[in-house]
Formats: sequence, C-alpha cells, structure tokens
Amino acid sequence: MNRFLLPLIAVVLMIPILILGLRSDPSKLPSPYIGKPAPEFELPGLKDPSITVSTASLEGRMTLVNIWATWCTGCRVEHAFLMQLAEQGTIPIYGINWRDNREHALRWLAELGDPYVASGFDADARVGIDWGAYGAPETFLVSPHGIVLYRFAGPLNQAIWEREFLPRIAEVAVQ
Amino acid sequence: MRGFLAFLAVILLAMQAFAIDSEKAFEDPELQARYEKIISEVRCLQCQNQSIKDSNVLLASDLRREIRRMMAEGKTNADIADFLVTRYGEFALYRPRTSGKTLILWVAPFFMVLLGGFVIFRIVRHRMSLPINEGAVDEGQSQ
Repeated sequence: MNRFLLPLIAVVLMIPILILGLRSDPSKLPSPYIGKPAPEFELPGLKDPSITVSTASLEGRMTLVNIWATWCTGCRVEHAFLMQLAEQGTIPIYGINWRDNREHALRWLAELGDPYVASGFDADARVGIDWGAYGAPETFLVSPHGIVLYRFAGPLNQAIWEREFLPRIAEVAVQ
Repeated sequence: MRGFLAFLAVILLAMQAFAIDSEKAFEDPELQARYEKIISEVRCLQCQNQSIKDSNVLLASDLRREIRRMMAEGKTNADIADFLVTRYGEFALYRPRTSGKTLILWVAPFFMVLLGGFVIFRIVRHRMSLPINEGAVDEGQSQ
C-alpha cells in the first residue's frame, strides 16, 4: 500500500469540516432559548410607564420581540423595515428599549414612527441580558405558547424576513 | 541597565492605570479575588476573544455588574456560570464545564495524543521489522 494513501484519506475527510468552519460566522451566536420558553420579564412601558410589557403580553399569538436602542446604528437601519412590517400587520412587534435614555427613545419614535404595539423600557439592561442579547438590534420570533422559535441578531430586512421568518411563521400556522 | 529597569518598572506599573473596571471593589479581598477570577473567565459576547474583565463595551460592564450583584447575594460560582450559560450558552465561559455537550472539547486532546502515539508505534514497529542491513546498503550507495 502506498504510504501516502492514509494521510491523503485523512486530509480529504477533513476538507468538508474545514469548509464548514470557514463558512460559519463565529460572531453570530446561536440563542440558547431556541425551542424553549421565552425568559420571564416585566417592564414599564416606554411611552406610558403605568402599563407593563411582560411575558403575558406575548401570549396567544405569534409575536416579534425586537431589542432596540437609540445608540444602536443597526436599529436605525432596520427601522424602516419594521415600520413596513407593522403596516402590513402580519405580526405584532413588541420592543425592548435596551439600556437607553427615555427622552432619546421617545424622540426616536416620534421622528421615525413607532412600529411597536408597545415597548418596554429596560433602563438597567437586566431584561436584555435575560434574553441573552449581545448586541442590538436583535429580533426574536415567539410562538403563541411563548416558545422562542428563532433569533436574528442584526438589522432585519425584507430578504432575511422572507428567508428566515416567513417559513417559520407558516410552519406554526399549519399546526 | 539601571535606567532600563526603571523604564521597565514605569511601563509595567503604568498598566495598572488601564484597568477597565471602574466600579467599587469588594471590601473583602478574598471576594474581590474571586470576582476578578470569574470576570477574567467570562467571554465578552460583543467583543469575542476578550474577557469581560478586559473589555469596556457596555455589555461587559453590565455583565460585571450582574456578577457583582450575584456575588453580593452570596451566589456560588456554579450559580453564576448557570446564569451565563442559560442566557448566552456554553460559549460565554472560557473554561467550559464538563457536560454532554462539551465532553468532546475535553476528550479530543487526549484522543489525539493516543492516536499520534499509536501511529508512531506502528511506524517504529514496521521499521524494526525491516532487515537491519538495508539501511547500511543505502548509505553505501549514497556515498
């Protein structure tokens, strides 16, 4: 037997693993909540502090939970798309205004429009951390039973929406 | 030489000034040491490959604050690791815990050493089985 045969086989076997490694983006983290209940939370409303935005708000229908802040440039990028989604009325969007300044956040919504059913005001960033947020914007798809189906980190757009969110929403609608 | 040592001392001592964590330390030095060890072993998820001890991004300072709060509440290191893994996954810990999911990380190096040893053993045994004078003939030819 040729003495180079065995190492050659080993290298060939490794190639697909290496290609997978090259293609995966290590800055995109999988959320440990996928397939599990969304973390419990309760926040005062951003616009009206007397209301609460909580896990109970999400029950009964598919929802999006969008973690945003005025210091986050990606949030500005995706805002127009969120407005478009809200106008279509496909799915209610709840916001978690993460470690932000209330005045800035209110001005943002007044100037750019408010795509959210309601936004919770997470001043000390505890709830964002409970959701495992590591950057904003982050968008979670939550099932009617409060199970996290998908998390997308980064600015949403039409292409990502069609590719990642719509099939998952359709899947739950069928069940 | 003396000047150089003095220069070195100045440079090394100056590093203290770069400490990121500006929050009030624990009174108890033992608690403080435990705190510093923990935060040096938690990955900053926003600026991967830094620990939350080395990073000044907001997420790192929030996580430091949470860890300080949990320690003040008397939580154990295992509780704190659980807190982080629930939210961010095993990836958040620089020292992954032994579990079904991370077993391969711990076992793979030993497996690799064993595999390498086996290969060397095979090669050596093969060479030993070769007739001894064969090498000598080769040398004779090359001279």
